[in-house]
Amino acid sequence: MSVTVRIPTPLRPYTGGKKEVSAQSGDVEGVLSALTQSYPDLRRHLFTEQGVLRSFVNVYLGDEDVRFLNGPKTPVPDGAQLSIVPSVAGGVPQ
Amino acid sequence: MLTLTSSLLVRMHQHLLGGYPREACGIMIGQETYDGAQQSGKIVHDLVLVSNAWEVESEREGLRNRYLISPEDVARADREASQRGLDIIGFFHSHPDHPARPSETDREFAWPNVSFVIVSVEAGQVVDTRSWVLRDDRSAFDEEPITGS
Ligand SMILES: [Zn+2]
Repeated sequence: MSVTVRIPTPLRPYTGGKKEVSAQSGDVEGVLSALTQSYPDLRRHLFTEQGVLRSFVNVYLGDEDVRFLNGPKTPVPDGAQLSIVPSVAGGVPQ
Repeated sequence: MLTLTSSLLVRMHQHLLGGYPREACGIMIGQETYDGAQQSGKIVHDLVLVSNAWEVESEREGLRNRYLISPEDVARADREASQRGLDIIGFFHSHPDHPARPSETDREFAWPNVSFVIVSVEAGQVVDTRSWVLRDDRSAFDEEPITGS
């Protein structure tokens, strides 16, 4: 069974231009890691070299930020929609 | 190539000048253009002005030269864009009293494919506006030309 993952503009070149892809249901971490197996070029933009989800990768289950649910362990039921939302930051040297 | 009309540029500059001497920021929504399967450029249709979420968290630590666009603001801009058949195509922020070149921190937290417009503001005046795109391997930014129409 599967879930839908919405891919933001910056990451679409790595999903062949697709705005939505399907992935195996599971928890948030599992869905994203299955996604990077199907689309390996996504990996470096979603996970650090240590395999931890990057801090500026935000994941929404429907309209809810998974940080306010159960984080990476939030279950994603069949048919649910997961959205990857990129926040950005930066700064000039101090 | 990033297409940005002069009226949008004025709005962007006003928002960023309003934040001076702090960094200010926003989101660009619009359309990508294609040459075959290859993205050839982006056309900015509108700006979503956001408040710098960094200040709230870190002002007390004395770190004012930072910007942060919150996921809530990005999600809101994304909903607004898709209602209009558009996409988020980039982000912009100011560099108060620094050149319009991306910093190491900018690179660390940036995304590929979209445009990062940086506006250098010195003594309350805009002195330079440049657009940058992060490489696929995240190693560096490349500058892209900005055109008015
Ligand atoms: Zn910057």
